[in-house]
Amino acid sequence: MANMCPYGHFTHAVVRGIPETFGKKAGDSQENGEVSVDLAKAQRQFGCLTGALRQKVGLQLIEIPPDPELPESWKIEDVAVIHGDTALITRPFKQQRQSEVEAVRRVMSELNLTVVEMDREQGDSVGATLEGSDILFTGREFFVGISSHTNRRGAEVLADTFRDFAVSTVPVCDGARLKNICSMGGPNTIIFSNSDGAKKTLRCWLGARRLCVMLDVRVCLQMMEQLTDHHYDVLTVPEESAANCIYIKGPSKRDFLLHRPADECPDSVSAFQKLQDYTLLPTACSEASKLGASLSSLCLLVNRKHTYF
Amino acid sequence: MTTEAGSETEVKEKAEESAAEPDQSEKATEDSQEVANAEVEEKEKAKVKEKEEKEGKGISRYLPTWLKKQKSQSQTSPTKEAPPTEEPVSKVTQEEEGPAPEVNGHAEEVEEKEEVKSEQVKEKEAETHSNASADTEPAKEEKVEESAEKSPEETKETAEGEGAEEETKEKEGAVEAEEEAGEGQTSIFQSPLRLVRKNKMKLVVCHVTLLDGTDFTCEVEKRAKGQYLFFKVCEHLNLLEKDYFGLAYQDNHDQKCWLDPTKEIKRQIRSNNWQFAFNVKFYPPDPSLLTEDITRYLLCLQLREDVASGRLPCSFVTHALLGSYTLQAEIGDYEPDQPRPLDFISQLTFAPNQNKEMEEKILELYKSHRGMTPAQADTQFLENAKKLSMYGVDLHHAKDSEGVDIMLGVCANGLLVYKDRLRINRFAWPKILKISYKRNNFYIKIRPGETEQFESTVGFKLQNHRAAKRLWKVCVENHSFFRLNAPEPPTKARFLTLGSKFRYSGRTQAQTRMASSLIDRPAPSFERTSSKRISRSLDGAPMISITEAGRESAENGREPHLELHSDSKSSLRVHGDNIYVRHSNLMLEDHDKTQEEVLKHQASISQLKRSFMEAPPPSPPQPNQWEKRLTSSPATIRLQQQQVVSVPQTEAATADNTISDTKEPAKTTEVEIEETVVVQEISRAPKPGLITVAASPPAAPSAEQEMREQEVKVQEEAVVVEEAKPRKEESISSESESEEEAEYHPYLPVSISHTQIPEEKEEEEEQEKQEEDKTAELQVLASDASSLPAEVIQPAEETSREVEESRKEDDTETEKTTNAEEEKEVERETEESTDDPMVTPDEAPNGLTLPEEGVTVMDAQAEEEEEPKMNGEPSLIEAEPLPQVICCSEPPVVKTEMVTISDTFAAQKTEIATKEVPIVHTETKTITYEAAQLDGNGDGEPGVLMTAQTITSESLCTTTTTHITKTLKGGLSETRIEKRIVITGDCDIDHDQALAQAIKEAKEQHPDMSVTRVVVHKETELAEED
Repeated sequence: MANMCPYGHFTHAVVRGIPETFGKKAGDSQENGEVSVDLAKAQRQFGCLTGALRQKVGLQLIEIPPDPELPESWKIEDVAVIHGDTALITRPFKQQRQSEVEAVRRVMSELNLTVVEMDREQGDSVGATLEGSDILFTGREFFVGISSHTNRRGAEVLADTFRDFAVSTVPVCDGARLKNICSMGGPNTIIFSNSDGAKKTLRCWLGARRLCVMLDVRVCLQMMEQLTDHHYDVLTVPEESAANCIYIKGPSKRDFLLHRPADECPDSVSAFQKLQDYTLLPTACSEASKLGASLSSLCLLVNRKHTYF
Repeated sequence: MTTEAGSETEVKEKAEESAAEPDQSEKATEDSQEVANAEVEEKEKAKVKEKEEKEGKGISRYLPTWLKKQKSQSQTSPTKEAPPTEEPVSKVTQEEEGPAPEVNGHAEEVEEKEEVKSEQVKEKEAETHSNASADTEPAKEEKVEESAEKSPEETKETAEGEGAEEETKEKEGAVEAEEEAGEGQTSIFQSPLRLVRKNKMKLVVCHVTLLDGTDFTCEVEKRAKGQYLFFKVCEHLNLLEKDYFGLAYQDNHDQKCWLDPTKEIKRQIRSNNWQFAFNVKFYPPDPSLLTEDITRYLLCLQLREDVASGRLPCSFVTHALLGSYTLQAEIGDYEPDQPRPLDFISQLTFAPNQNKEMEEKILELYKSHRGMTPAQADTQFLENAKKLSMYGVDLHHAKDSEGVDIMLGVCANGLLVYKDRLRINRFAWPKILKISYKRNNFYIKIRPGETEQFESTVGFKLQNHRAAKRLWKVCVENHSFFRLNAPEPPTKARFLTLGSKFRYSGRTQAQTRMASSLIDRPAPSFERTSSKRISRSLDGAPMISITEAGRESAENGREPHLELHSDSKSSLRVHGDNIYVRHSNLMLEDHDKTQEEVLKHQASISQLKRSFMEAPPPSPPQPNQWEKRLTSSPATIRLQQQQVVSVPQTEAATADNTISDTKEPAKTTEVEIEETVVVQEISRAPKPGLITVAASPPAAPSAEQEMREQEVKVQEEAVVVEEAKPRKEESISSESESEEEAEYHPYLPVSISHTQIPEEKEEEEEQEKQEEDKTAELQVLASDASSLPAEVIQPAEETSREVEESRKEDDTETEKTTNAEEEKEVERETEESTDDPMVTPDEAPNGLTLPEEGVTVMDAQAEEEEEPKMNGEPSLIEAEPLPQVICCSEPPVVKTEMVTISDTFAAQKTEIATKEVPIVHTETKTITYEAAQLDGNGDGEPGVLMTAQTITSESLCTTTTTHITKTLKGGLSETRIEKRIVITGDCDIDHDQALAQAIKEAKEQHPDMSVTRVVVHKETELAEED
């Protein structure tokens, strides 16, 4: 299919700065009520990330200035799903986040991406919510975590937008996001956490019935393995925080993996070192992760050198 | 197939050939022989017919012999290329039987005449000639005369050929009606008269829409098999790698079906619409592995169609890219001089919602393909198309167990489950152990995962049984094609009763790759044109695409109506097909018969089922009360728990590990399956039917009703029916049985009781059944080795529990009455069976059963008389004594517990503690039926509850039907379990052993119960050749 190429080829990264309101009233008070975040540290970490993307990996970086009115706007991954030359502008679950899309939409247009709006795309998308942190794109197919923030309707819109690809749903519950527990670690590699200590509560799909059961993340992996027509290599990491990485095959054709540094996930670093010929880029993300975000939450990756098959 | 080769054909040949050769004297002798051998010849004819059917030769009856000859030749031509493997066999058969060798000899003569033709072709000719002669059978004497005539006429043949054919067609019309009536059962079993009649060879014009949109017209014999037409089409297309393709037709319900190459066309299309579409049936996952460009080209045409129609959804960019490759392949390099390329492009259809923007994109990409050859462009097209997620996915509408609309997609890798556009589950072929369908339910049994202990079964509901069977067949074929090295042979030695024997008959992908690697011919030249494609319609085939749910739903809405019409008939029948997949191998548990045949075979079982299902739920409130009671008992609770568990299991394949049930999930699931079946049937069934039947027993309805009420019994009865059919063809026997049985409504309780949720009971019974199935399989295996002529073993258990108050006489009588129903069943079977009406003790093959039977004969008779009334079936009364054993605990026999609650009887009978598990189970989920039957009678007591379940499970060799009828009146309850085990086989079955095994199992299953009666009925059918 025209859009199908190995995962990881990107030319641009779109990020949005950390506002002063970082961590404050970012939504419901419960989420970060007890969490104390260090704004300066968060901004430093953000700077490290963007620096790595630009200087190490070699992407063109587009930074949208922070907007204090939008305390969560730095989680830019949520507001767009991009593949090929199509960008689906999502509809975040929280009402107050839905205005975040405007700036992103402008950038997408400037990148000459075909912008697909979730709102007006179809009448039946009423009530559809979709956030990018629930979407794992492997280069061959989409997995959508049906979570507290992403619903089935949203997944349908995604499926309708990217018709070439199979869109499989993986129920996730208890506040977890799909990208929190897995991410791409290579063109054919999915990084999974199998943290036994912190068992994720996943919503398990039992036929038409959904039961919330305490399950190992491995169940999620099993489901994904069952759902896919393809075979992926799985890199398991002992810590959940390590499961979210950013893999990029940069313009230099080298494999880059941005992962959490050793002090944030001491047990998992050795796993990353198994990856052959990778350039590992430890990138701290401790502050953002306090707010439920991960490395990949902070950027949108675009490939503008898309070549048809 | 119309062509039936008889010895007579030889005569014709002789006549025809006589002109050229001097063999006439021989021929005359042959003729005389033929007359003598008439019967043998008939058999031959049947065989020959089959052969010919495959090859599709036929000559209309009325054709003059000279014309016939010509036609046969023309038809044989396609077969030359790839002679069916079956031909050699047919030769052998012919030779074996007297006249046949002569035929061959004639064939040789023909050879001499026509040097070019291969031997097979020659044979064919001979056969066809013979067919023609067969028409003349009645007056064989004339043949000689004809021969004389023929010789002069032959010269004309070539010239007149076509005109003559047309004439024949016209003639066909008149005769068709007759043929149709007779042909239904045709090929295998035919009375001599029929054979004679059928020998007419009619030609039918088939219209095949090719992938480029053109129409291919060809004539085939009316009884030609699908294979013949398919080969003709492939020949026309110059296609060698044909295994990826198939012929599709629209059935009466506008559903697209695949023409089964091994069956007669006429019997599949079921209408006079000889319209077909040549389509890709199996989308090769890697088209680059195809050997020839022409194959890829045809695949491209199919995919262009799929894409343009929306069946294969793809994104804007992909549409554009595929369109650009299409242009490159069909038009060649972009010509900058071309005045208005966009106008040209806009005339073509590339996408369902094509717009200017897309066309511009197509043009832009098209320009970039300069220099690409058509073959390269096709290859690129396929390389892109094959990656689409819906490539090669055959979608079917279904509902999951909660009634949610989903789509089931069958593809090379397995079965995909879609909700709207989202994939919610996927079952790879290696994960699937068994595929089955029952009525409109479709089931897959999933191999347990690493962390899972049990198999699980996932059930889906299709719109109707046809859809379920269609899906099942597609699954069978796809699995066989993509996963097996060689197709599984259709299971011949299986039961008559349940299921279809359908198997994929073609080559598998592995085989076709092997074959195509041997293709050694210069690449055939063919023309790529898009013009045809543009104008071509979609054949009216319903397109199913995920995005088009709305439209489909409309169709669905329409479907039910159709069902209602057909249901009256179809509901009677039980369709069950199972496939067992061992790792990558399928063990099929099905029977090939067409649905009709299956239906017929199962008549007895289906009757029971039907009666259950159709019975309208009597009075809603009472069931509830009943349930309350049931729930109070521990057993019930258990069952309910299971139910809860079971639901998720069936539905969810993935989360098996979460379920921790002490019980076996697999069984549970199966139980559920059964339930669903029952429920659906109930819903479908018109309520009034059964009731009326019960209410209007001609003889003495009131008396009967009283009988039941009065009686409180718990009986287990095992009725073992052995059907030994030496060579018999399943279809035939089944048909006869089914039809007759279908008419009967023997079991009142059955009809009345089935309202709703028979889950618990099913579980138990299912387990039992499973056990039985296993045994059955074992039996089958053993039987195969043995020399007995039974092909199929069908154990059918029918367990019915009835709780009735017995006001009347003796326990024995009451029991007998209950038994009487069973007896009726048996009787039906016997009646149906051609050979043996009833098996009296003497007749009973099994030594085990005889003694028991003898005991109760007298009573049984009395009961029987009454029973017909009870059932409301007047015709059933049979004076034949059925052997009954009451409360006998004999080793081979199943124990039956007799509990008589009725006051009068209670003292006399041994009361069995309510502990009987089966009863409770049954009640819990089985929908309690209040004694609606009794309504007509004054005695109808509010407290009487009856539950009945029919469970049918199929395994390779076993079919089990269990009927449990429970009646509660006041504090009294009777449970009667009727098990009906049908052992059917062509040959090599040790019936005694099988019977003993079955009884033993039944006994083991219900240790608390005693075997009351064992009735052995043996049917023997006349041997038929295949």
